[in-house]
Amino acid sequence: MYWQCFIGVLKREMLKFWQQRSRLLSALVRPLLWLVVFAAGFRSALGLSLIEPYESYILYEEYIVPGLAAMIVLFNSMQGSLSMVYDREMGSMKVLLMSPFPREFLLCSKLIGNALISALQVYVFLLIAALLSIQVSLLGYLYALPVIFILALFLGSLGLLLANYIKQLENFAGIMNFVIFPMFFLSSALYPLWKMREASEVLYWICFVNPFSSGVEFLRFSMYEKFALNEFIVLGVVTIICFFASVRSFEPKSNKPKKGS
Amino acid sequence: MQLKVEHLSYHFGNKKALNQVSFELGSGFNILLGPNGAGKSTLFSLLTGLRRVSEGQIWINQLSMKSDRQNVMRHLGVVFQENTLDLDLSVYQNLDYFASLHGLRTKDAIEKIEGVLEHLGLSSRLDDKVRSLNGGHRRRLEIARSLLHQPSCLLFDEPTVGLDIESRQLILAFMHDYVSRTNALVLWATHLLEEVSDDDHLLLLANGQLKGDDICRRLVEDNGVDSVSALFNKYTKKGKN
Repeated sequence: MYWQCFIGVLKREMLKFWQQRSRLLSALVRPLLWLVVFAAGFRSALGLSLIEPYESYILYEEYIVPGLAAMIVLFNSMQGSLSMVYDREMGSMKVLLMSPFPREFLLCSKLIGNALISALQVYVFLLIAALLSIQVSLLGYLYALPVIFILALFLGSLGLLLANYIKQLENFAGIMNFVIFPMFFLSSALYPLWKMREASEVLYWICFVNPFSSGVEFLRFSMYEKFALNEFIVLGVVTIICFFASVRSFEPKSNKPKKGS
Repeated sequence: MQLKVEHLSYHFGNKKALNQVSFELGSGFNILLGPNGAGKSTLFSLLTGLRRVSEGQIWINQLSMKSDRQNVMRHLGVVFQENTLDLDLSVYQNLDYFASLHGLRTKDAIEKIEGVLEHLGLSSRLDDKVRSLNGGHRRRLEIARSLLHQPSCLLFDEPTVGLDIESRQLILAFMHDYVSRTNALVLWATHLLEEVSDDDHLLLLANGQLKGDDICRRLVEDNGVDSVSALFNKYTKKGKN
């Protein structure tokens, strides 16, 4: 029975994605612009020293590919939460919440569906990057898959948590701007953290404690067949915290009279 | 089948939406009548587990909503006042999604309620997008969906709001027929007096309080009025309690 439910939720996520095929296009345009235009312009300005996990000097394009892949996951996860807000406004969220299965299971199924879509988008992006001669080994592509999943679960849980506190669809876009952009720009997605440290110690520490940085680095290391233990631990812990906090936020509301009434 | 509510209260801030509501219903067609703002939708959100019961108790087939919510859900079929269908999916896809949320295989579930789908005029529209259905058909689909897992307790929150008389009558007649065939319990919330018949068990809710709980005919007689309309006015007009 759990299997039927899991497949049903997954199927719906896929159907919705199939109906919004333009989502794939828009998910690709953004990172490709960064990769082709932005990276070309900044290649000469940003000198990269030899840093882990790279074993030789690399071009800036190669450096930002894992960051852009993580960006795809970030945007898709937030779009997934947007669809939760939409479902709530349209009433179809009630159908999900009235299922006899535990809410943890239902939300986890939804997040896995979303992670599958993220992975699909990331691999299409990596394929295009490979066509542009920015590629890693076959094993690197393979090792990246579980990392993309964990990152998508973390960002999806965070999105669910936010979605639950956003009362109207119109507010969602605004609030996302306060989450997506700071999270992305204050991370190691576009520049190594030592570069940031040269500019500002405060900004460096903000980037350092940003769990999205851990996700980017975890993904970067996995793509070069290396395991980043610290990043794995950070990402694992924040994913668990965000997931249970989002499940808790989906529990039925109760109200008691205020004291003195 | 039994639905039992004991001393149920609910507050929005300092406003009491429900105040010590208690009743017990058995199989059959039961009407929850009350004007807008009486507390019907709050009661429904508590009965369906969308809000947590903090004061009082709800029992469905001896299962407590407080401690056994998941099992209670297996017994419930619900139609909400507002649309809860996914407009961008087809009729079949909506039923498929719902069936899977209840751990059923759609094909099996649909086979079981083929008669219902046919009776509600939906079997030929399985592949149509819900967006292309008119309001009446959408409500019928919501009703068909609520029956998919063959629940023994059906909670309908103003399911005919916004429909024309013909559609309303068709849905109401279908549900009366369904109850007589299956021995299910239906709690039908409405503010439309024409949906109440003399033999229905009537719960009259006003200002968050239960004002009447009996067979409609008896309630009318005991209150010394000549119609359900007069009974309704007696308890819902401003200044009356």
